[in-house]
Amino acid sequence: MSPLPPELQAALTRRAFLGRTTQGVGGLALASLLGPSALAASGATGALSRLPLPQKAKRVIWLSMAGGPSHLETFDPKPKLTAMHGQPMPESFTKGQQLAQLQGQKLTCFGPQHKFAKFGRNQTEICELFPQIGSVLDDICLIRSMTTDAINHDPAHMFMNTGSQIAGRPSMGSWVTYGLGTEATDLPGFVVLTSLGKGGQNQPIAARQWSSGFLPSKHQGVQLRSKGDPVLYLSNPPGVSRDAQGGDVDAIAKLNLHRERFVADPEVATRVAQYEMAFKMQASVPQLMDVKGEDPKTLELYGCQPGDGSFASNCLLARRLAERGVRFIQLYHKDWDHHGGVKDGVAFKAAEIDRACMALITDLKRRGMLDSTLIVWAGEFGRTPMSQGNGRDHHNKAMTVWMAGGGIRGGLVHGSTDELGYAAVDKVATVHDLHATMLHQLGIAHDAFSVKFQGLDAKLTGVEPCKPIKEIIA
Amino acid sequence: MSARPALTLLCAAVPALLAAEPVEFNRDIRPILSDNCFACHGHDASHRKAKLRLDVREAALAKEAFVPGKPEASELVKRLFLTDPDEVMPPPDSHKTLTAEQKELLRRWVAEGAKYQNHWSYDAPVKPAAGAPAEAIDALVEARLRTKGLRPVAEADRRTLARRLHLDLLGLPPTPEEVDAFVADKSPDAYARLVERLLASPHYGERMAQGWLDVVRYADTIGYHSDTPRNVWPYRDYVIRSFNQNKRFDRFTLEQVAGDLLPDADIEAKVGSGFNRLLLTTEEGGAQAKDYQQRMLNDRVRAVGAAWLGQTTGCAQCHDHKFDPFTQRDFFSLGAFFADIHEPDIGRREEGMLVVTPADERRLAELAAAVTLAKQTLEQAVGGLSAQLDAWEKEAAEDLAATPATAAKGKAKAKAKSPDAALAAKAPAILQKPAAKRTAAEKTLLRDFLLSMHPEALKAERAAVAATQREHDAFRAGLPKSLVTTKAATVRTVRILPRGNWMDESGEIVKAAFPHYLPQPKLDGRTPNRLDLARWLVSRENPLTARVTMNRLWMQFFGTALSKNPGDLGAQGELPPNQALLDWLAMEFMDSGWDVKHMVRLMVTSRAYRRASAAPAELTAADPYNRELARQSPARLDAELVRDNALAIAGLLVPKVGGPSVKPYQPDRYWENLNFPVRDYVADKGESQYRRGLYVWWQRTFLHPSLLAFDAPSREEACTDRTRSNIPQQALVLLNDPTYVEAARAFAARALAEPGDDDRRLTWAWRRALQRTPEAAELATLRQVLTERRKTYQGDPAAAQAFLKVGLTPPPAGLAPAELAAWTHVTRVLLNLHETITRE
Repeated sequence: MSPLPPELQAALTRRAFLGRTTQGVGGLALASLLGPSALAASGATGALSRLPLPQKAKRVIWLSMAGGPSHLETFDPKPKLTAMHGQPMPESFTKGQQLAQLQGQKLTCFGPQHKFAKFGRNQTEICELFPQIGSVLDDICLIRSMTTDAINHDPAHMFMNTGSQIAGRPSMGSWVTYGLGTEATDLPGFVVLTSLGKGGQNQPIAARQWSSGFLPSKHQGVQLRSKGDPVLYLSNPPGVSRDAQGGDVDAIAKLNLHRERFVADPEVATRVAQYEMAFKMQASVPQLMDVKGEDPKTLELYGCQPGDGSFASNCLLARRLAERGVRFIQLYHKDWDHHGGVKDGVAFKAAEIDRACMALITDLKRRGMLDSTLIVWAGEFGRTPMSQGNGRDHHNKAMTVWMAGGGIRGGLVHGSTDELGYAAVDKVATVHDLHATMLHQLGIAHDAFSVKFQGLDAKLTGVEPCKPIKEIIA
Repeated sequence: MSARPALTLLCAAVPALLAAEPVEFNRDIRPILSDNCFACHGHDASHRKAKLRLDVREAALAKEAFVPGKPEASELVKRLFLTDPDEVMPPPDSHKTLTAEQKELLRRWVAEGAKYQNHWSYDAPVKPAAGAPAEAIDALVEARLRTKGLRPVAEADRRTLARRLHLDLLGLPPTPEEVDAFVADKSPDAYARLVERLLASPHYGERMAQGWLDVVRYADTIGYHSDTPRNVWPYRDYVIRSFNQNKRFDRFTLEQVAGDLLPDADIEAKVGSGFNRLLLTTEEGGAQAKDYQQRMLNDRVRAVGAAWLGQTTGCAQCHDHKFDPFTQRDFFSLGAFFADIHEPDIGRREEGMLVVTPADERRLAELAAAVTLAKQTLEQAVGGLSAQLDAWEKEAAEDLAATPATAAKGKAKAKAKSPDAALAAKAPAILQKPAAKRTAAEKTLLRDFLLSMHPEALKAERAAVAATQREHDAFRAGLPKSLVTTKAATVRTVRILPRGNWMDESGEIVKAAFPHYLPQPKLDGRTPNRLDLARWLVSRENPLTARVTMNRLWMQFFGTALSKNPGDLGAQGELPPNQALLDWLAMEFMDSGWDVKHMVRLMVTSRAYRRASAAPAELTAADPYNRELARQSPARLDAELVRDNALAIAGLLVPKVGGPSVKPYQPDRYWENLNFPVRDYVADKGESQYRRGLYVWWQRTFLHPSLLAFDAPSREEACTDRTRSNIPQQALVLLNDPTYVEAARAFAARALAEPGDDDRRLTWAWRRALQRTPEAAELATLRQVLTERRKTYQGDPAAAQAFLKVGLTPPPAGLAPAELAAWTHVTRVLLNLHETITRE
């Protein structure tokens, strides 16, 4: 609640506006003049006034590998599957189990299509297509026993993002910014970036994946686009200078505040603050997107060209967003749906993400930000050890995700799948466990973090019992 | 919406209650038990702890949870006050705590005998005595205001009333002239006549449709994965028409749920039955039929729950509802009503029923007859060609024999000669058969094949067939089509799915049945069907439908529903502070023959509706969320109306009612994340660019960003209550979206066409936008914008030209670009004002 009576607040606001020239609009942080209630309107403070747990991670960078990466060609070595290549899949694994497109078909073992190699101080085996990730494996915790509930892309994405397969639930980024607010003063608290793969299996990603669901809309993810306006409608209309835009914004504020005296509607002050925020974003977002000032060595580290819209470019932008205090940054890299041609397909993807993932970890680390930034790498499901032509089908019983930074133990392998990589068998983890772990690192107790919806205390982590994966926490 | 406001009120009311009235279960106790206890001690047997349930008095007594009249001997009361974490209730790991007042209420309740009441909304509403219908709303509102000691504010000024009525009933602003006329009209029935005029407008149906389209999740695309289009817009027009014709709400319901099963099913009813097809579907390649069969059942149960019953049925998909008596069996039994709908589980939907006028139907029949005639003429001509055909056949057979190696080769050769690949593929096998052994179909096929090899023969006749067919097909393609409900030959089996898991088929098979805790119709042992469901929804015995519908309607005119969660009238919903009012409305609605316009009229002519929305601080403090209606509530316009309002003010709005969805300007590559197939968005040209927001193409996964920014729902799920956010994206839309830039320019051109000096024109524009005269300070601010921008653009003509190029409509000739550009800034400011996008 605001310590200032509304009249005083309004007076303060008016003074702030009347005292400015149209040219001076950009430099002023109006939100700070408006007091805490208006700050809340811009998302600056969270619903959780006190955190029940120590906050190890201040922000999250979530790398969504859309399409469902094969764990068998990335992070989960299965020599036994190589040995059984071409043989029938033992029925003991699959009997009575629901598959996606392979349901009811002859099931044949399909050996890993790439060799694995050893990396890091523990000589952990990962696919040799990922030597750069291998080079920072001591900062990474591999969770080889992840499972999910859904086996079709759209519901599986919803489950991974919202903890529910029903549309209308808030995305995890919305939950986190709702709970913690954001430190960014001129950028949204939850930002989404997408990039396309070159293999042509680019999964559609619905905007609901970053929807705020039943949480207030200010917590919805804002997509930053690599081409055109980075934020929709960010640019002034042609022929309108920043001064002219500022002049209009100023006039609008003045007229709104004048009217407020008669209507006493708190929405007016919020409206004024939001116009100011929008005007600030018109300057801050292009500055954010403009990486020309980056050290050429940094661009080289990521392996990207400014403005190329690649996953690597988005990783660099993720770092810049993290620096600016954005709370939740989610990157989608598409084209992991290898029903056919998994060998070439994963090689394509590796070329697109391997260096970038390494660079993100390295860059954050050398800036002293890795400890306070939780990185999560995850698809929406894994893939079958059985062949589908020369590819693999969707699979929800096994997948590998990895985490780095944010108080997670590096150089660790957590859990395992059976000898053929069909199902997680040791330390089986669920998506809700993953969410609980993330929230735990952010200082939030997942089971006490709820919002009333349809009469229920709705939580990101759902109703089924789940818990943070304590073994991987440093 | 959070639950906090109600709690605050409740707590505030507690001290008074403690002193005065006896404890009332529904008002005082049920919310505490529901929030804190029922999750473990409620309906859901599978999660029940210590086999204790507190929602049924007899069951609680049997387990000795309390001794009526003796709180000190009651376990329930004792547990509240313990400190041992293993003993205290609610337990610490539930993260629930009771306030001292709540504990005291529970203690007093037991002391007063621990009396229970049925849940308020499951008992039939009783019509309270409240005088004549035209006075009843105010009688009931004001009775409560008196008990609360609140004084209502005065009626709003006439300009505000006119603007409010136009926006609430039409979704369009009045013109200043309309407001002037109303202000000047001193006759006592001026207001009533204005209401009648608006109720008779074709735009009334558009305004009313918007809320219903949210509830039934109407959209132009399928929703899942590829989110591809489907044909369903005639359903949207059906909804508009139904409101305009003031169709009885019971008939409206019957048509939508079971229009195909009605004995008098006409095109209208069938289009209405499209309701059953509005759900999300998938065309994803790897999708599992059973998975989606289940998703669709769940989707429908949730939709009926939200739209008619105000029950959060979705909670019972995996287990019995935790708070309401709705069981998992109820969930699947309700779903079983829809198991007769003919539809694919996965994949592309059909194109839909042709929705045609009698004239269209006649024209289509004429065109079909022309095709038939042309074909007959061709047949007759072919009849005269038999010698020729025999010769061609011989020729073809020889050709085939000349390359005798394999039939496949002959086929290849035949194919090479005929332009029709399908015929060519089949012909060789027929040619090799003795003529006597060929079937009639084979003979026709062979004949067509031979004709295809000789295009020179019967050229005119064949061209006539092709031309008539083309004309027929083109006409048919242009006719509206809409997905409708048809009954499947076999009804799908519905099972109770353990934990809602579609892969588990061990559950019991269930038949269609009504939720067990609600009044049951007489069926004489027959299994009910969808039509029975529809009739039951709007039967007088159903305690929910009329309340749910009136609760939502109230929200449209007062901002907040009487029971504040319009999607949930169950235990976790809110006992309406003024239940008598909601019950009176529900009863009057049914008594009037489900007459929607009658109810709208009663609401908007009430004194409660007509009050000013600005209020003295002490009233705002006493009733911060305006639940007692001593004033009106201001509300930012809904997304579609923000658009409609700007286009109307600018004079760009094309007020046509109905038709295919339209595509306004949209940022490039906004659809780049859509795939299967990749799509380009092509904005409409011409009048479609200036249609109302309700007609905008509703792409579920990527709704038009300017609608999305103002909280239009994606309509993937039923939406009974939109949020009203206030976010920076709204500023970016109103400032920079070409729709609004163009509107500002058109608005400016109109201002410049007005006679007079700057001040007169500024005043004219102000009145166009807000229907009131600007104050001196307001005028001064606009004048300053004008002065500064004149300077800018006189010094930079290129910038003015660039600014004026936005949008499809060319600016009127003869206006100085710098002048028009400067004025466009003025009008842009007006279109961006909070007041402009707010209904006060």
